[in-house]
Amino acid sequence: MIGLISYLIFFTTVAAILSIAVLGLNLQWGNSGLFNGGVVAFFGAGAYGTLILGGTAQSAHLGGFELFYPLALIGGMMCAGLMAWVVGKLTIRLRHDYLAIATFGVAVAFENLMRNAEGLSGGAQGLRGFERPLHAWLGDGFTYNAIFLVFVLILLIATYRFLELLIRSPYGRLLRAIREDETAAQSLGKDPAKIRLASLIIGSVIMGLSGGLYATFYAFISPQDILPILTFQIWAMLIVGGAGNNKGAVAGAFLIWAAWTASGWGLSRFAPLEMQLYTGSIQFILIGLVIVGMLLWRPQGLFPEKLVISQSGRAKHVKNRE
Amino acid sequence: MIQHLVDGILVGSILSLGAIGLTMAMHMLRFANFSHAELLSIGAYCALVFDGVFKAVYTPLGDVIGPLSLTWALSLAIVISMAITGGSAILIDRLVFARVRAKGGELSMVFASFGVAMIIRNVLGLTFGLKVQLYSQDIVFAMVLSRDPFLLVKPDQIFSLVAALIIMFAFHLVLSRTTFGYSLRAVAENPQLAQVSGINLNRMITLIWIIGGGLAAAAGVFYGLTNQINPVLGRDLLLPIFAATIVGGIGSIYGAALGGFLVGIASNLALLILPSGYSPAMPFLIILAVLIIRPTGLFGEERQ
Repeated sequence: MIGLISYLIFFTTVAAILSIAVLGLNLQWGNSGLFNGGVVAFFGAGAYGTLILGGTAQSAHLGGFELFYPLALIGGMMCAGLMAWVVGKLTIRLRHDYLAIATFGVAVAFENLMRNAEGLSGGAQGLRGFERPLHAWLGDGFTYNAIFLVFVLILLIATYRFLELLIRSPYGRLLRAIREDETAAQSLGKDPAKIRLASLIIGSVIMGLSGGLYATFYAFISPQDILPILTFQIWAMLIVGGAGNNKGAVAGAFLIWAAWTASGWGLSRFAPLEMQLYTGSIQFILIGLVIVGMLLWRPQGLFPEKLVISQSGRAKHVKNRE
Repeated sequence: MIQHLVDGILVGSILSLGAIGLTMAMHMLRFANFSHAELLSIGAYCALVFDGVFKAVYTPLGDVIGPLSLTWALSLAIVISMAITGGSAILIDRLVFARVRAKGGELSMVFASFGVAMIIRNVLGLTFGLKVQLYSQDIVFAMVLSRDPFLLVKPDQIFSLVAALIIMFAFHLVLSRTTFGYSLRAVAENPQLAQVSGINLNRMITLIWIIGGGLAAAAGVFYGLTNQINPVLGRDLLLPIFAATIVGGIGSIYGAALGGFLVGIASNLALLILPSGYSPAMPFLIILAVLIIRPTGLFGEERQ
């Protein structure tokens, strides 16, 4: 029984951490129409940033700043934001292909850099020497994991609330306006490039938070954790959940993560021995089919975005306030 | 130095072939097709299969041509592979892209292309195994072209370069001398206006996939001939090919051809200062440099 509960805690923690990244992607794609082909780079920047800033001194690689944990986590998020700023600054005014290609490229380059720059990131062996916060008080076992889950869930809810507030704010309306008709928004004196850039950065910072939490949970990160497949999983979560809808995004994250772990377990258990080498390929095909299938047959996702008509729906309310 | 330059030109010709098809599809259908590089993989494996078939059917076809490791069977297989890969590109378009296109949304197309790429790559992995394969088990020694500066080149590499240049020149003739070439350029410039002048847009889309797939297949075989074949061949070449289209300016066919060579040369020259482990990241640095210096690329036009 306790084994099952520990497993459920483990599963929920990872799914909740990934949900945060999906929420970040939803701001970018769902609400702003920005294509991020390198989610994993921003996730990874948060993860590496947090561990390098918060870890103990290491001889083999950079680290040992031993920052107070929340500061380290914020530092990791800022790394992700900085990277998004650079990529966005260069591409956001160009046609959308450029952002897609550049973000895809940044993910390839980031993984490559982390794998090779041993002095920075520990190379292929990964980054070690991180003590989980409050580790001395709570130990390593069940209690720690349960409390960490609560911490992650609080951050998930905080992110959700923040994004709900953001998309209801005038800024959120502006984002959707630009997504629907850029020229019209421009004619009202708005600067689409600036607003889009802000959305790209905020979304990436949220992905950085997700990465930071992921690395904290394992107290370890290596290039194996930031492979391109993670980007596809996070997309599949958003596409299945329904782009534009934050609740759907979280539901999609849990659904896809459950399907992924279940298929992995099923294949490793029931697939014949000579097929074991190929279980990864089968899972990748399944994720590919989910993405293509959803786009073909239910592009709005399982939980579609409720389109709001800001003017007629809110006119009364606004008048009263005035 | 000179060795890196020559290697860069050889790799560059392969990237050019891939980039020409990609840039055409990107320009006409308005989406970044992340599954394009998988056509190179399809081409490489298709040629591997038919190479085996031809050798089995008529043994003398297994003889090598001159100093190359290329056999008569493989050269026939290249032609078949180009046709089949072009056909696969159309099939993928009919099955997925055309339907997503009908629903609207350029971004959905980009997502779909990622999904398609994953499916193709892993189906190839399941079918042919994850291991590395070669067209020929014979060891072909590199020729020493000169001792000072030291320059080594394999005969297969020279064949690939010459064949790639011939294919590109043939395509250039088609573009500049035939009615088809004119319609292609008209559609690329302004699809609406081209349709008004009586060009059948759907037929042009089909032709673009055939040509793009054919060129990609040739690139895939040449890559397999000079390096090796594995299921992640397309994935590894994807970023360099995209970099080539950006260097040339998205939509410019001649730009893509030139861009391929530039990316190949730049990536190889960078090995002079960077450890070789960093080479997969090189195309990204090239993309960044182009976006900073000249976002529209060499021949691209400004367009939102």
